[in-house]
Amino acid sequence: MTKATAIRPLIIFAGLIAIWQMIVSLTDVPRYILPGPADVLGAFDGRFDTLAENAGITLIEILAGFIIGTAVGMFSALTMTYYRSARRWMMPVLVVSQAIPVFALAPILTLWLGYGMESKIAMAVLIIYFPVTAAFHDGLRRTDPGWIDLAHVMNASRWSELCQIRLPAALPALGSGLRVAAAVAPIGAVVGEWVGSSAGLGYLMLHANARVQIDLMFAALFTLATMACVFYFSIDVIARRLAPWQTELTLEKEDR
Amino acid sequence: MTTGSSFNSRPPPLHPAPTVRLVDASLVYDQTVLFDHLSVDICSSGWTVLLGPSGVGKTTLLRLVAGLETNAEGRAESDDGRPLEGRISYMAQQDLLLPWLSLRQNALLGARLRRKNSALLETRADDLLKKAGLASAVDLMPSACSGGMRQRAALVRTLMEDRPIVLMDEPFSALDAITRLQLQDIAADLLSQRTVLLVTHDPLEALRLGHWIHVMTGRPARLGDAIIPDGPPPRQVSDPNLSKLQAGLLTELAEAARETSI
Repeated sequence: MTKATAIRPLIIFAGLIAIWQMIVSLTDVPRYILPGPADVLGAFDGRFDTLAENAGITLIEILAGFIIGTAVGMFSALTMTYYRSARRWMMPVLVVSQAIPVFALAPILTLWLGYGMESKIAMAVLIIYFPVTAAFHDGLRRTDPGWIDLAHVMNASRWSELCQIRLPAALPALGSGLRVAAAVAPIGAVVGEWVGSSAGLGYLMLHANARVQIDLMFAALFTLATMACVFYFSIDVIARRLAPWQTELTLEKEDR
Repeated sequence: MTTGSSFNSRPPPLHPAPTVRLVDASLVYDQTVLFDHLSVDICSSGWTVLLGPSGVGKTTLLRLVAGLETNAEGRAESDDGRPLEGRISYMAQQDLLLPWLSLRQNALLGARLRRKNSALLETRADDLLKKAGLASAVDLMPSACSGGMRQRAALVRTLMEDRPIVLMDEPFSALDAITRLQLQDIAADLLSQRTVLLVTHDPLEALRLGHWIHVMTGRPARLGDAIIPDGPPPRQVSDPNLSKLQAGLLTELAEAARETSI
């Protein structure tokens, strides 16, 4: 099972590359429309420094956005769980924050926060905030009422009820929120870069496109995709570690 | 609180377990009066059993005593005049073990929640777990345990609270017959000096464990006079008196069920 899991993505990857090469060879499409795998590999080789530098900037934006978004989201969820008035006031804000497409906010954020990393981090925070808050809040509210009864009869303080029961019980839900956040964080950062920036993979793609360096554009796209995948799977591993008792159950089911 | 390893040699508690009285208990649910100004005496140092068909309101009465019920009215007081808070431990039909804690940590949950864990308490938890037949399972997570093991751990958690009043809501009903008998024996042994309220729908369980058995029937519900079986609990299943009483109780319950469903 584990062996197959490890090999399967490699086979899929190799298959996609083969199909790609086939399309390029069969259709004789010009290089400035669709470069072949070899051309893109060449761009990786020749422009490694450029790619690495811009990838580093995008990675910092994603990570900073993820950390800040998660922290603010968790704090909001806790506040909404414990203060009814906070829930009443924040719920509409949360919904509105999702109703306005982040893409539409990007120019405004760039206007206010400048062309540097800040506006991209803000974009990532905005896009992450909702899934983390919603999932964690849901988890905190759905604690087994029997556990709460037990804590009550055992004279637990609200604080230890939170730390010992509500928080651990909400960790699986928080884990799913973090997974969604990890998947969308790169979108926030790259959209921010497209709207206005002078560095980052999103910028590099636009820049290369304008100069008809399509091979470099593809190389930047691959770098971004790889980074996003590695990031997602790292968060997935962390989310599993947060709630190992949950993982055991789901794994058993998957095996059957 | 004592922490000796032998449970039979424990000195009697400083305050004897009090009598608890629930008065003026009323519950209206969906325009149906389930019970109205009902009173229950839970007598000192013994097992009071509430037996009745499901839906009659037994659990609500127990939760009123525990201070957990918000939909019903009623107040619980003890004959020594001191508040009940902090003197009750509670065991439900579900084991309510926390899945991220081992059986030993679950047994020590009360101390963990009050942040008063100690080596002495851990020794006591290990002793009790051993007595409940969980000696080799103390470090297992609940997900690795059978339903019987989990309910044993829940019983140990209830005992670890070491409180004079113990409320049990169908604690053994989800177990197989043999495990149920075993756990009844352990519970009767370790809770003999406490004021216990047991809610059950199993007449045999009531007759094995109860000092005073009340059948709860009707709508609004009434409590029947106490049935007092001979001999100390846990009574043997083979006892012919028990079989006779059980037959009587089953008839009474069947009647009660008919009455309640009208």
